[in-house]
Amino acid sequence: MLELSHVTKVFYPGTVNEKLAIEDLDLKVNDGDVICIIGSNGSGKTTLFNLISGTIPVTSGTITLNGRDITRMPEYKRAFTIGRIFQDPTKGTAASMSIEDNLITASTKGRKGLRISLTNEKREEFRELLKPIGLQDRLKDNVGLLSGGQRQALTLLMTVMSKPQMVLLDEHTAALDPRNAQTVMDLTTQYIQHYHLTAMMVTHNMQFAIDYGNRLIMMDEGQIVLDFAGVAKQQLSVEGLVKLFKNIKNKEFSNDEGLLTTD
Amino acid sequence: MIEGIFVDGLIFAIMVLGILISFRIMDMADLTCDGSVATGAAAAAVCITHGTSIFVALVVAFFCGVLCGMTTAAIHNKLHIPGLLASILTMTMLYSINLRILGNKANLPLLRVKTLYTELPSFFSFLPEEYASLLGTLLVVLLIKGLFDLFFRCDIGIAIGAMGSNEQMVISQGMNPENLKLLGLGISNGLIALSGGLLAQYQGFADANLGQGMVVQGLAGIMLGEFLFSSNKIHLLTLRAIFGAIMYKALMFFGRKYGYLIHITPNDFKLLTGVLVIISLFVASTRSKASDNEARKKALARTAEHQQNNLNVEAK
Repeated sequence: MLELSHVTKVFYPGTVNEKLAIEDLDLKVNDGDVICIIGSNGSGKTTLFNLISGTIPVTSGTITLNGRDITRMPEYKRAFTIGRIFQDPTKGTAASMSIEDNLITASTKGRKGLRISLTNEKREEFRELLKPIGLQDRLKDNVGLLSGGQRQALTLLMTVMSKPQMVLLDEHTAALDPRNAQTVMDLTTQYIQHYHLTAMMVTHNMQFAIDYGNRLIMMDEGQIVLDFAGVAKQQLSVEGLVKLFKNIKNKEFSNDEGLLTTD
Repeated sequence: MIEGIFVDGLIFAIMVLGILISFRIMDMADLTCDGSVATGAAAAAVCITHGTSIFVALVVAFFCGVLCGMTTAAIHNKLHIPGLLASILTMTMLYSINLRILGNKANLPLLRVKTLYTELPSFFSFLPEEYASLLGTLLVVLLIKGLFDLFFRCDIGIAIGAMGSNEQMVISQGMNPENLKLLGLGISNGLIALSGGLLAQYQGFADANLGQGMVVQGLAGIMLGEFLFSSNKIHLLTLRAIFGAIMYKALMFFGRKYGYLIHITPNDFKLLTGVLVIISLFVASTRSKASDNEARKKALARTAEHQQNNLNVEAK
């Protein structure tokens, strides 16, 4: 469904700070793929997400979505098909507005007019949706009053409500404590299955990346260095991954190893 | 005289509602106001002296303001410069444009022509003249407040509020923030210009220097209102902005009336308005400090209680 071909991104071109963040990257994401992306800091994972969602333009190459060239499409238009959740829980919701106002913005995605969509019927519907995350009685409270975990769960709910075909999850549980992270992750799995979403997820946890989803991608220096799917992925182990990575880099990377956790 | 304060305050309230959109709802520092209020006054005055109806004059004033706001938004959107700088550009350019609208004169008197405030007494003939003006202005403000509240409860209004709180979220929800800014600043400055149009008719002339320092006065009004009560509901936010506007005008009135006792002249009012805003900000920050202190005291009391309980348990 999503295809990147020969995508390159250069930051600050023509200055002393010029940096090649993504180099000649090809990637084909199939319908229903759940892809885990690993790689050390600075390997280009977030840049890749920024390019896919349209936050920053590509330097060269093309991005196609469902056969349509979206390379020059602005971010807010891509948002109809591509939902994104950030590591920072404050990025997905409007803190100074009530939960119901946030939800109504998501449920009327794009189609904005002079209609008042927030009716009592809608409120009832929201209450049902909020039950799994325990916020059903707090519709009128400002989102700023919620904890990080609650906000991230709400962001997830809002993203799903707006019915994207694909979600980009940028370490969306990294800022949460283990229990809340688990809750949000369970919700994520539930939504992905229920709505048949295609997902790409950045994680620093190699074991998790091996266990979760049907595909694993490792990035390094702006390129995809490993891409496993199906049976090949199931046979992976953390040690095997580290070994493969060492072979590719053909050097010891004791420094980089510290950036990836194994448990 | 007291009705004078209210009429003045209510006209000012329309402008404060406009500033409420940019500064509070959209979280944008928009100084276009200093120019657009005079644009509204000039446009309305020129229309009236050319014999159009009062209603048409006010509609023209409103849409001139919308254009001013949209200019600021367009500069901000397309050149990616901060809203503050974009609005200073518009404001400065508007000064020349306002002089052009007024026919290259600094002011245009509205004598011997029909204005809203010459017509209102005959419209509400059952009331004394001053009260007719007050009732007419009050009805206009209530109508605007009603429409304002409705607009910010509908989908697009909520989206504008969401943008003020978190622009990324609005993008993620499939809306173009550039369009929302055009619309938001347009309506904001439309209201400000409408207020200018009413003010010109009330004081009997339009003046190119009318807008000087208006933003700060409007902010003072908003901040005075915010001392009254806190809320996240739009109809209460607009209500307290209107009260704040009237309170500000009342303060200025008494300053003019009794200020001479402590040697304050109208020349000092800009300084005093600035000081008023600073005091408001200071009081707001001390208030939050005070509630922090209170919370700390309570926490300490709880800790002491826990310790006492533990001691009691141990003693037993």
